[in-house]
Amino acid sequence: MSIELGHFALVLAFAISVVSAVGGLTLWRRGERLSAVLGQAAVLQFVLVALAFLAVVHAFVVSDFSLALAANHSHSLKPLIFKISGVWGNHEGSMLLWVLILVLFGALVAAFGRSLPSDLSNLVLGTQSLLTAAFSGFTLFTSNPFVRLSPAPLEGGDLNPVLQDIGLAIHPPLLYAGYVGFSICFSFAIAALVSGRIDQAWARWVRPWTMLSWTFLTLGIAMGSYWAYYELGWGGWWFWDPVENASFMPWLAGTALLHSALVMEKRNALKIWTIFLAIITFSLSLLGTFLVRSGILTSVHTFASDPTRGLVILTILALLIGGAFLLFAIRSPALRQGGLFAPISREGALILNNLFLATAVGAVLVGTLYPLLLDALTGTTISVGAPFFNFTFGALMAPLLLVLPFGPLLAWKRADLVAAGQRLMGFAALAIFLAILISALAGNSISLVPIGLLLGFWVSFGAVAEVIERSRLGRIPLAESLRRLAGLSRSIWSTAIGHLGLGLTVLGIVSVSAWETELVTTLNPGESAELAGSNIAFDSFEQSEGANYLADAGRFTVTAPDGGTAELVAERRTYVASGMPTTEAAIQTYGLSQLYLQLGEPLDDTHVVRVWHKPYILLIWLGTLVMAVAGVLSLTDRRIRLGAPQSRQKLSLGATR
Amino acid sequence: MTMPANVRRRGMTRKQKRLVVIGGLAVVIAIATALVLTALRDQIVFFYAPSDVVAREVAPGQPIRLGGLVKDGSWMRDGQENVFVITDGGQEIVAHYVGILPDLFREGQGVVAEGSLGTDGRFEATNVLAKHDENYIPKEVVEALKAQGEWRPEAAGQ
Repeated sequence: MSIELGHFALVLAFAISVVSAVGGLTLWRRGERLSAVLGQAAVLQFVLVALAFLAVVHAFVVSDFSLALAANHSHSLKPLIFKISGVWGNHEGSMLLWVLILVLFGALVAAFGRSLPSDLSNLVLGTQSLLTAAFSGFTLFTSNPFVRLSPAPLEGGDLNPVLQDIGLAIHPPLLYAGYVGFSICFSFAIAALVSGRIDQAWARWVRPWTMLSWTFLTLGIAMGSYWAYYELGWGGWWFWDPVENASFMPWLAGTALLHSALVMEKRNALKIWTIFLAIITFSLSLLGTFLVRSGILTSVHTFASDPTRGLVILTILALLIGGAFLLFAIRSPALRQGGLFAPISREGALILNNLFLATAVGAVLVGTLYPLLLDALTGTTISVGAPFFNFTFGALMAPLLLVLPFGPLLAWKRADLVAAGQRLMGFAALAIFLAILISALAGNSISLVPIGLLLGFWVSFGAVAEVIERSRLGRIPLAESLRRLAGLSRSIWSTAIGHLGLGLTVLGIVSVSAWETELVTTLNPGESAELAGSNIAFDSFEQSEGANYLADAGRFTVTAPDGGTAELVAERRTYVASGMPTTEAAIQTYGLSQLYLQLGEPLDDTHVVRVWHKPYILLIWLGTLVMAVAGVLSLTDRRIRLGAPQSRQKLSLGATR
Repeated sequence: MTMPANVRRRGMTRKQKRLVVIGGLAVVIAIATALVLTALRDQIVFFYAPSDVVAREVAPGQPIRLGGLVKDGSWMRDGQENVFVITDGGQEIVAHYVGILPDLFREGQGVVAEGSLGTDGRFEATNVLAKHDENYIPKEVVEALKAQGEWRPEAAGQ
C-alpha cells in the first residue's frame, strides 16, 4: 500500500512541477502573488518526492520483495545501513534520489529566497520546476522504481557486493547534492536572461548556492575517490575514468564560476561570462548524468541499463542545454558590460584562473568524449587513458598554480605586480628550497617531481602569505597583528584556507606519484616480506563468516621501520546471495602515509599478496576536506547569507567592522 | 568569451589593450589545443580483439587494449605469475600478467587487458580489467565477439 502511495506522490509531484514550470515561466511578471504560489508548490514538490522516496526506503528496510526494485537489489540478510543505501545503488533508485535533491534545492530557494525580487524568484522556481518535471517524468516513464512483482519472491537478488559499503551511503548523496545543486545556478542564469536583471545583486544571490554545491561536489568526489581506493583493491585513487571525469568537469567549471561570480559581485564585470559558466556548469552535470545513466560507458557506475533510456536522457539534455544556449545567444548581446579594470589586477588574475580552468574543462571533455564520438562515427574503439589526461591537464594546471598565490594579493581594478611579488619573495624562496631539498634527499634528479613539489609548497605558502600579509605579522606588535587576524573577514579566511587545501592536495598527489613503492610476491603463512622498511609477516589464513558473506581472511603483522607493530586483516569475501567475490584490502595508516595490502585468490595453499606503500597519500583527501571547510566558512560569512542581499553601504561597513 | 580590458592608461589605447588581452587568450587556447592534439596522437590506446591484432600486425611494444574471452582451461598460475589465453573465436593470444587478477576474472568470461605485445608474440599485460558485476560484459568485448560470430548472450549470462 505504501508503495502505491509513494507512486501516487511522485505522479502528483510531477503534475505540480509541470503546472509550476508553465505558470512560472509564462506569468513571471505577475509578481508577489505568483511567488507565494510557486514557493508553496516548490515545498509541496519536495514533500511529495520525499514521501515517494521514503516509501521505497521503507520497502527496502522491511524487505518487501513485492517491489521489483527491492527484489532485484536487496536481500533480507543485508545490514540495515546497506538496505537503506541500496535504494540508490541502482538506476531507478538513484534517479529518484536525483529528483529528491532537485526538489530539495527548489524548496530551499523558496524558503530562503523570500527577499528575492518576485520576478526573479518566479523565474527561478519556474525553471527549477521545469527541471523537476523533466527528471521526475523521466523517472516515472522510463525508470519507474515502483513496479510491483506478483508473486513476490521470498528473497531478494542482493546488491552488488562492491556497493555494500558505507561509501554508498555517503558518496552518491554528497555527489548528487553537488551535481544537482548547480541546477540552482542554472535556474538563476535562465531567470537573469529572461528578465534581463543581471547585476551585482544577482551575483550575490547566486554565489552562496554555487559555494554550497561546490562544497558538496568537492566532498562527493573526494569520498568517491577514497572509496574506490579502499574498496576496488586496485590501489589507485584516480583513474581518469570517464565517469570520474563526468563529475570532475562540473567541479572545474563550478570552481571557475565561484571565481567569476566574485568578480561580478565585487566589480560588476564579467557578466556574460558568469552567466555562460552557470549554464555550462549545470550542463556538464547533466552530461555526467547522461554518461553514467545511459550505459554508454564501461564503468563501475554502469548498472545494466536499457538503451532507450539513454536516448530519452539525451533528448532531455539536448532540449535543456540547447534551449539555454539559444536563450543565451538571443539575450546576452543586450547585456551591458561594466566595471573597467587593467590587465594586472585582481580581476585580471581571476580571468586567468577562469581561462585555465575553462581550458582544462575543454581538455578533459575532449579526452572523455573523443572515444565515444570516434566509436559512433568510425566504429574504431580506442581509449584515452591516464597518460593523455596527466599530460594535458598537468600542463594546464601548472601555470594556474604558479600564478595563483599572486591573485589574492593584487588589488581590484589596478594592481602592482612587483609589490605583490616582493611580498611573496620569501615564501617563493622557501618553496624552492624545500622542493630542492626533498628531491635531493629522495634522490630525484631534475624531473617533474621537484616542479610538482614546488607548485604544491608555493600554493600552500601563498595562502599562508595572504593571511600573514593582511595581519602584518612581524611588522607591527604581535598583539596588534592578532587583533587584525581576528578581524579578518571570513571571505579572506575562506580564500586562504581553500587555496591551502588545494596546495595540500597537490603535495599529496606529487608525493604518491613520485615515491609510491609496490611489491607483488608469493607469500604463505609463516613467511614474511619487506617493503619500504616495513616487515610484513603473514601469520595465518583462516575462514570467517560475516552477516551475509563468507570470508577467507589473511592475518598479517606489519612491523614499521620505527618498531611499531600492527595487525592487518585482508579478506576475500564471497557473498552468499549472489555468489559474487570481492576483495577487502587491509590498510594501515602511519601519519599521512598508508600501507595497502591485498590478498590474492589461494591456489593449492599458496597465496599471492600485493602490497603498496603510499607516502603522504592522505594529504590528497585532507586537502579536499580543507577546501570543503573553506566552502562552509564562506557560507557563514554574514555578507553572503543565503539569498539575503544587503545594500552596498551596509556591505562596506561589514567589511571594515 | 568577453573579457573587458578597456581601461585607458598611458601608452596604450583602449583598443590596443583589448587586442593584447584577446591575443593572450588566443595564445593560451592555441597552446592548449596543440597540447590536446599532440596528446591525442601519442597517448591514445586502441582496443583490439585477437583477430584485429593478427590482421593489423600490431607492432611489439605498442600499448593496446586487448579484449576477448578467457579461453577455457587456459589459465595457469604460478605464484604471482599468470598466463592465460585471450580468444575471440577466431584468433588466440597468450597473455602474461604478474599480480592479482580481479575478483571476477574467470575462464570463459570477458576480459580486457592493457599492455603490449612482446617480441615473442606473448601479450604482456600491465593491467587486467574484468567485469564489475555478474551481468556485465565490457561493451567492446561484446562487439568484438559479435564481429567474430561468437556472441552467445545466453551463454554469457546476460
